Amino acid sequence: MNARDVVLGRVRDALAAAPPEPVTVPRDYRGRRELPDEQRMELLVDRLGEYRADVYRCSVAETAATVAEALGDVRLVAVPGGLDGSWTEELTGRVEVDSAELPVRWLEDVDGVVTSSAVTCAETGTVFLDASADQGRRALTLVPDLHVCVVDLSSVVVGVPEAVGRLDPVRPTTMISGPSATSDIELDRVEGVHGPRTLRVVVRVDG
Amino acid sequence: MSSAFLGIPTPPPRAPYATGHLRGDQSFPDAAHTALDNTQQRRNLGKATATIRGKRDRMADELPDWEELRSAGAALKADVLARLPELLERFEREVTERGGVVHWARDADEANEIVTRLVAEKGSDEVLKVKSMATQEIGLNEHLESAGIAPVETDLAELIVQLGADRPSHILVPAIHRNRAEIRDIFLREMPGVDPNLDDDPVRLAEEARKYLRSKFMSTRVAISGANFGVADTGTLSVVESEGNGRMCLTMPETLITVMGIEKLVPSFTDLEVFLQLLPRSSTGERMNPYTSMWTGVTEGDGPGEFHLVLLDNGRSATLADGVGREALQCIRCSACLNVCPVYERTGGKAYGSTYPGPIGAVLTPQLAGMHESRDDPNASLPYASSLCGACYDVCPVKIDIPSLLVELRHQHVEQSRYTAEAAMMRASSLAMSSAKRFTKAQRASRLGRVLGGADGRISALPPPLNAWTSARDLPAPPKRTFREWWDSEDGREAVRAARREAERGES
Repeated sequence: MNARDVVLGRVRDALAAAPPEPVTVPRDYRGRRELPDEQRMELLVDRLGEYRADVYRCSVAETAATVAEALGDVRLVAVPGGLDGSWTEELTGRVEVDSAELPVRWLEDVDGVVTSSAVTCAETGTVFLDASADQGRRALTLVPDLHVCVVDLSSVVVGVPEAVGRLDPVRPTTMISGPSATSDIELDRVEGVHGPRTLRVVVRVDG
Repeated sequence: MSSAFLGIPTPPPRAPYATGHLRGDQSFPDAAHTALDNTQQRRNLGKATATIRGKRDRMADELPDWEELRSAGAALKADVLARLPELLERFEREVTERGGVVHWARDADEANEIVTRLVAEKGSDEVLKVKSMATQEIGLNEHLESAGIAPVETDLAELIVQLGADRPSHILVPAIHRNRAEIRDIFLREMPGVDPNLDDDPVRLAEEARKYLRSKFMSTRVAISGANFGVADTGTLSVVESEGNGRMCLTMPETLITVMGIEKLVPSFTDLEVFLQLLPRSSTGERMNPYTSMWTGVTEGDGPGEFHLVLLDNGRSATLADGVGREALQCIRCSACLNVCPVYERTGGKAYGSTYPGPIGAVLTPQLAGMHESRDDPNASLPYASSLCGACYDVCPVKIDIPSLLVELRHQHVEQSRYTAEAAMMRASSLAMSSAKRFTKAQRASRLGRVLGGADGRISALPPPLNAWTSARDLPAPPKRTFREWWDSEDGREAVRAARREAERGES
């Protein structure tokens, strides 16, 4: 008998030895919460601030200028193939488009990356990336040291259940809550271990 | 199929005795004696556990529906256990349909062989590792090394433990027993290409680890991870982390191998909305950990082109067979119970001899690996490594009633060890207490114990086998007279008369 049948057989035997009661899952925790724009914004800015992520507010019309300000004086910027080209129009550095054909190693020379985002949870200050065309493959937002992420306020939800409800399970998803960090040495928090050391979130209040 | 039910189900086997890390080489009290002498470890653990439990309390108190989330989390994991066969089959189907390859491992030996074969087939002699309890449980690193494959731990604390040829002392912060100066010395001694002028600033130490591992992330072709959750209805896997080493390992190599215990399922993708709130707040005391990765099979043009999932039993089905003890399988490895445990805080994790320390380890380890597998099985001491204060139950995000499980395992231990000195004494007391005459005689006999008492009337060392009791506490020496002798004496009668007069005066 193969290992699969053995393990499944054992599990069935185990349950037969002490048959469990059927379980009803109580779902009376909070979900489907809504808050006005200003309150969601305030909550998100507060939470991102606690993670020491930099927050920039702007309107859709100010996107290019704000992205340029958030990136600062960097030499080489990478963007995903599906990013709105107008967002990077005011950058001083060179802009290159990432693609699956390029070896991941090229990202080591990149100074900063600009992406969009799928959904954001205000209560936990978490930005969700789902590898859509305007967010790129996962390596793009991982290898470079500076990540500028554009979030539309309309995509900001209050809590975790509302955010999970907007995800597509099949897409590779990364949840980001502040810059990479460790507390492994004497519980002292050190930011920037392997992921980007700097996370800058541009929130478009009318986006 | 063994599922053809023939009346009496076969009890599933425990994890192999000697493979992996589910059994120490000495009992908990013996190991604890050594650990208690380590003042640095006690100081570090005291600071770490106090800090993390303070943060956890604030994060749990912040959510008005924390108790509702706990109830949902507990019910979801109980539901997983109740429907485990169908959920495992569904999970396997979903992972396979999305391009993953599912392997099943009866025990640690089989899982080690599968993983090692997969790595060898890639022609790789080095493999990256994401911090994983399951691979530590099965002793995967040792097995890979014996096959000439070098595993590289990429979590900073695990790297410190690995380079220092040490063992972890906490589930969440495994190197918490080390000071920064020791970590600097370990890096200088063991880390290839390290800056010889390295100081002990944690920022500099983390920077060195980043440099060292960056080249590995860029060049190593195979990575091995565990999984925090496997979603049955979509085949999605999830790893929750802080440093980004997890993202690196899950994204950069050509091949990803994930080792996951069969109990780590959640029924549906939506259920992550519960656990993604419970886990970070209970574990690190954060609203959310910096990074959580979710992936389903293989995605063209993003991440590893090959994905293998190893589903591990290794004593889990044996644990499931116990209708009471199976509750331990609900654990989501947050380590909140370690941080509130007065025993763990003083002894540290190594004293438990298992990958799973603290209160949850004391109920999980003896069930996964057994506690009567040899004479003086060290695991038999684990259910007693607790004062039953109940703090672990209060903080458990999936409401595992650890104190009740500890009592149940103590009961099972006593039942199965009928010939211990303790069992013999209990039988003798039962005999003595069953008749007034025998009880009086036994009490008189106990006066002999007075010769053991010191000038302060306390016994601090009993002869074997009773020394187990006095190794950790004093015993009052038996009194000169028993209560019954006092009651029958003249001064006893006088004291009773005086008390009666007092009571009558109070009434009138």
